[in-house]
This record gives sequence, C-alpha cells and structure tokens, in this order.
Amino acid sequence: MSGIAISGGQLWLLVALLSVAALGLKVLGFVIVGGRETPPMLQRCLALIPASLLAALIAKDTLTTAQALAFDARLVGLAVAAVAVWRRLPFVVVIVLATVSTAVVRALV
Amino acid sequence: MKMTLGSRLLGSRDPDSKRVIVAGLTLGAAVGVMALPFGLTAVSSGASVWQACALSLFTFTGASQFSAMSVVGAGGSVGAAFGGAALLAVRNFVYGVALASRIGNDDSGQKRSLGHRLVAAHFVIDETTAMATAESQPRLVRLAFWVTSISLFVSWNVGTLIGAVAGSVLDAQMLGLDAAFPAAFLSMLVPHLRTRSGRLAAVTGAVVCVAATPFVPVGIPILMAVVGVLFGVRR
Repeated sequence: MSGIAISGGQLWLLVALLSVAALGLKVLGFVIVGGRETPPMLQRCLALIPASLLAALIAKDTLTTAQALAFDARLVGLAVAAVAVWRRLPFVVVIVLATVSTAVVRALV
Repeated sequence: MKMTLGSRLLGSRDPDSKRVIVAGLTLGAAVGVMALPFGLTAVSSGASVWQACALSLFTFTGASQFSAMSVVGAGGSVGAAFGGAALLAVRNFVYGVALASRIGNDDSGQKRSLGHRLVAAHFVIDETTAMATAESQPRLVRLAFWVTSISLFVSWNVGTLIGAVAGSVLDAQMLGLDAAFPAAFLSMLVPHLRTRSGRLAAVTGAVVCVAATPFVPVGIPILMAVVGVLFGVRR
C-alpha cells in the first residue's frame, strides 16, 4: 500500500462520484427501466463485466506494484486463498488465511 | 410479559416468514464480518475512517467499494478508481430491472410510492437480489428483500466502522493486509467461472490488465480489461 497519489479532498470527490453513480444505476434499473424487456445481447454483455473486472483486479493486486510487474509474498497469499475457496471455506477464513500466509512469507524472506 | 428480540420478531409469524427472517438475519451477520476487511483495507489504502464509512453508507455495493480502494491504494487517479468501480456497479442496474415489478409493486400490481421505490433501489445488490428471487410467493419475495436489506445495511456499515477503526491502528503491510484485496476479489469471482463465457471473459480481463500495466496510468488497465466481455460474449 504504497504511493497513494490523491489527496483527502480528491478521495471525498471519489466517494461522492461513486455514491451518485451507484445509486443512479440502481434507480435507473429499479425505478426507471423497471420490468421492461432489455435486449438479450446487452444482458449477456452486462452479466460478463464482473468476470473480466474481478479477474483483472486479482491480477493487478497480485502481480503488479504501481506500473511494474512484481512477484512477491502476495502470490503465496493468493495461492492459499485459491485453495481455501476451492475447499469452500467461509469468506472471512479465506481472507485471514491469505493475509496471514502473506505476512509469514514476508517476515521470513 | 417479557419478550426477547427474537420472539418479538418471530413470535406470531407463520413458518415460511420465520424461515425467511432467520435466513436474512443470518446473511446479515455474515456480511457484517465481510465488512471488517473492507474497513481495514480502505483505511490502509489511504481513506479516512469517515470516508470508508461514507462509501458503505452511500455506495452500499461491496465489489465496487473494494475495487475503488484497491486502485487508490496502488496510486491510481480518481477517474481510474471511479471507472472500474462504476462498471462493477452496472450489475445492480440489471438486478433492478429484474426486481422492479416484484418489489416495487404491491399485491394488486399497483406501483408503490416513488419514495418507497427509491429507498428500495438503494438496497438492490447481489445478496438482496439472491434472497428475494429465491422465493416464489409475492409476500415472501418482499419480506426476504426487506429483511435482508435492513439486516445487511446495518451489519455492513457497523462492520465497516469497526474495520476502519482497527485499520487506523494496525500496520497493514506487516500483517499482509494487501493480500486481502485479491483474496476478496477471488471469492467474488468464483460464481462467474461456472460458464465457459465467464471463464473466457475472466482470463482475457486478467491478461489484458497485466499486459497493459507498464504502459498506462495505474487503474486504467482495470478499465481496459472490460474488453474481456467481448471475448466471453462470442461464445
């Protein structure tokens, strides 16, 4: 968690923008479009967005530091998390195992 | 006569309502625990306790909140953090369209007041949609939605506050808290990997993100990863 590039004021701006956008999208779907048919192709595209973005976020948080590729203790944490998810352990257990294994590797290496 | 909170909530209700209420409260407890890592990582990524809490109160959609803080923590701009988080929030639009007639109307099919529907809209997220659509009777659909909404809203915000306060006194790097982000995203990704198109979209998104990282500002690779959708949708 190095090199935060924005100020506290900019962070508040982000909080405000994101809050407006998140509620806006909910209201657009629930109140404005509501129940009407949307094109199946559009639905399929929208349904796939989380798959692409979540995978990209995993890659970013495990393999990169700022604009450089980095291979470090986080890889071990993700591998442990993958096993934990595969074993269907609860969310919090997955997080704890990932962070503890990362911390241990970091302390040892 | 002395009544516990549990018997006041459940006492005179039929078995179906009891089942729905217990399920909603149980899920709320679980989500409250999920909020702890959000509060912790948000603060260790540079947010103040109040900023973390404001996100949970007003954004109230977990994946987007985690995504925004992950990009900020890595040194991304406001625009980059916002873009990825907003794209992740698009699925709440899809849920809203699906839930509108079931939650926004009463038994006779009449639309509820605009105020009622605007409040309900704020609660349209993964968990409330899942709980509501799991029921078939209109009465239970609405009960499931509202019990889950209120229980999650309370627990998600209390959990965020506790996590954020804890995060402001802990050494995130030493505790390996930076690994909490990818682990959280992995848990959220797994349901999307059940279909072949989901897997294709995921792999393409990850590859595009890593390949673009050295060449564009921090956070932008997350936005570029959305082209993975085009690979997935062709299947």
